[in-house]
Amino acid sequence: MLAAVLTLATLATLFGLLLGYASIRFKVEGDPIADQIDALLPQTQCGQCGYPGCRPYAEAIAAGEAEINLCAPGGEATMLAIADLLGKEPKPVEGDEGSHGIKKVAFIHEEECIGCTLCLQACPVDAIVGAAKQMHTVIADQCTGCELCVPPCPVECIEMVPVKTTLGTWKWPYPGENLLQRPEEQPS
Amino acid sequence: MITRNPGSWDFHGGIHRPDMKALSAGRYLGKVPLPERLVIPLQQHIGTPAEPLVKEGDQVYKGQTLARVSEYIGAPIHAPTSGTVVEIAEHPVPHPSGLSAPCIVLQADGRDQWWDGLPEPLPWFEELDAAVLRERIRWAGVVGLGGAAFPTSVKVNPGPDRKIQTLVINGAECEPYITCDDYLMRTEADRIVEGIRVLMHVVGADECLIGIEDNKPEAIAAIKKAVAESDLATTRVVTVPTRYPMGGEKQLIKVLTGKEVPSNGIPADIGVICINVATTAAVTDAVMAGRPLLSRLVTVTGEGVRNPGNLEVPYGVPISHVIAFAGGYTDKAYKLILGGPMMGFTLQDDEVPVTKATNCLLVASRDEAPDPEPALPCIRCGRCADACPAQLLPQQLYWYARAKDLEKCQEYHLFDCIECGCCSWVCPSHIPLVQYYRFAKTETWAQEKEKQAAEEARRRHEARVERLERLERERKARLRKKKEALDKKAADPAGRKAAIDAAVQRAAERKAKRRPEEPS
Repeated sequence: MLAAVLTLATLATLFGLLLGYASIRFKVEGDPIADQIDALLPQTQCGQCGYPGCRPYAEAIAAGEAEINLCAPGGEATMLAIADLLGKEPKPVEGDEGSHGIKKVAFIHEEECIGCTLCLQACPVDAIVGAAKQMHTVIADQCTGCELCVPPCPVECIEMVPVKTTLGTWKWPYPGENLLQRPEEQPS
Repeated sequence: MITRNPGSWDFHGGIHRPDMKALSAGRYLGKVPLPERLVIPLQQHIGTPAEPLVKEGDQVYKGQTLARVSEYIGAPIHAPTSGTVVEIAEHPVPHPSGLSAPCIVLQADGRDQWWDGLPEPLPWFEELDAAVLRERIRWAGVVGLGGAAFPTSVKVNPGPDRKIQTLVINGAECEPYITCDDYLMRTEADRIVEGIRVLMHVVGADECLIGIEDNKPEAIAAIKKAVAESDLATTRVVTVPTRYPMGGEKQLIKVLTGKEVPSNGIPADIGVICINVATTAAVTDAVMAGRPLLSRLVTVTGEGVRNPGNLEVPYGVPISHVIAFAGGYTDKAYKLILGGPMMGFTLQDDEVPVTKATNCLLVASRDEAPDPEPALPCIRCGRCADACPAQLLPQQLYWYARAKDLEKCQEYHLFDCIECGCCSWVCPSHIPLVQYYRFAKTETWAQEKEKQAAEEARRRHEARVERLERLERERKARLRKKKEALDKKAADPAGRKAAIDAAVQRAAERKAKRRPEEPS
């Protein structure tokens, strides 16, 4: 009896120490699940999900506090990728427009700009250059199209313009098979 | 090292179809007269578009550089004739998308006057360094004239680690209907041989193999004669069987040398560089005459054109003008195809200009280019796999491309597909297989670009958050310091008194100093 109790107690202590050591020795910095989710998000930093950027939203999903269908710019593709990663049921995306809509970037009508710097402060990726009382302009290549700069502008000189398709960005369309085609395979 | 028994190998798959070359073979219709307006696209090659060096209203001369390139992969654009630049704007270009792209519009003055800034000819090229010759080829804007338009100066620069054993000259011209390379070989064999001498020197090859399909006996005879009369000891003309796509770079290399270009690799990886015959002739012009690439031979053929044949066309001439010179359309004209019937694409508009990549204008009748029949379900017959010259599994690729599973497509080597069209040609269900692969390829590139953009956006966002936090920390630190200093002063009345006294003393000293000067 005593031997059994002692054996079990010793084993328990040993394993406890082992686990305690492992939790210190192999401690993982940050949250790997959040990292993986963050890598799937489109990084527009638009805040349409209700979180102040893509990273906070990824952390919220990882913590189970947020739904997976809140990312409008990512659209269905992003939602499906996250559902696949986490093994969750896919849900329809609210306000889905991103992946199917045309990508837009901000454009400042420079003759109307008064140089107030409000849009500079709103831009999450520092894609607007300018200074107080100097004209501002958008670096189109860096703009994620989040539209966060549009509401703060006091003179409404920022417009979202669609990105033009060039020879370099043109894509071959999905072939339309005109016979025996199921409805969900209609070319998008 | 010299290849033994060149041409004794074979490539997998391929198809036989009537070559239809008799329509235009050996027929030359002359040089197309210059129209009043030339529309010259800034991108006629693979790589970055050229940047204009001229502005609206400039007078330019024949051969003058109109646009240059700053990136490595690219080619400059030259004026095909003298005249005035009237506009630099977007115009429709020959592209499957039908999109417009930036072009220089030139109003020809009819004098066709050469530019006086052309570089000197280099007939003593054998004494020059390969880099000098590469620079000359680059200046001349030479690109692959077989249809892909990859900059030749880049192709002939395999880098110091790759020793080139074989220079392959591609005269196979396997695509049905096209005969412009055939015509060039028949009539300008000397120019091609001269180009081979230059290229052999540039790439440092041990031997040169010229591959020509056996349906071009006149071309084979002409090239053989020219090679025999030259001092090229290690150059051999190899007659290869007529089978599409023999003229594919990887296929021709396999047949001539027995070597296979590795997946995701280039021919230089196995010590081979493959150059088209027309490109070789363009290299001759660049080096031996100091002339840039200004025009090319174009085959105009098909039942839809009155007078099929080959024409010399300056770049920028509208296709409608070229067709008119070949007698115009017949009643049978149904489709206008740029390129051959296998790899070409249909043009919606004949006002687009001829570019460096335009090797053939096929005005097909309804019989020659019937509308695609409705696609039926795949019956898994496997004929596509038998026909695929890249030894891929077209059927598997089709399923995955159709399901938009791009990762799986890459696992099945989508990017080794050369889009030759053999699989679609043999498919008994008329499935437009190549269309699926093209869709999957461009979609993959777009997703990769999007991923890179997202990565960049995240980096910038993180940098911004960090900067804002740092500024906030610095502001707080400054405030704290100020507050501490104030508190310190308040807490120490003696020190405060001393500080006030010191200030009073300083003021008094200044006053005393200033006083003696006051009277003056």
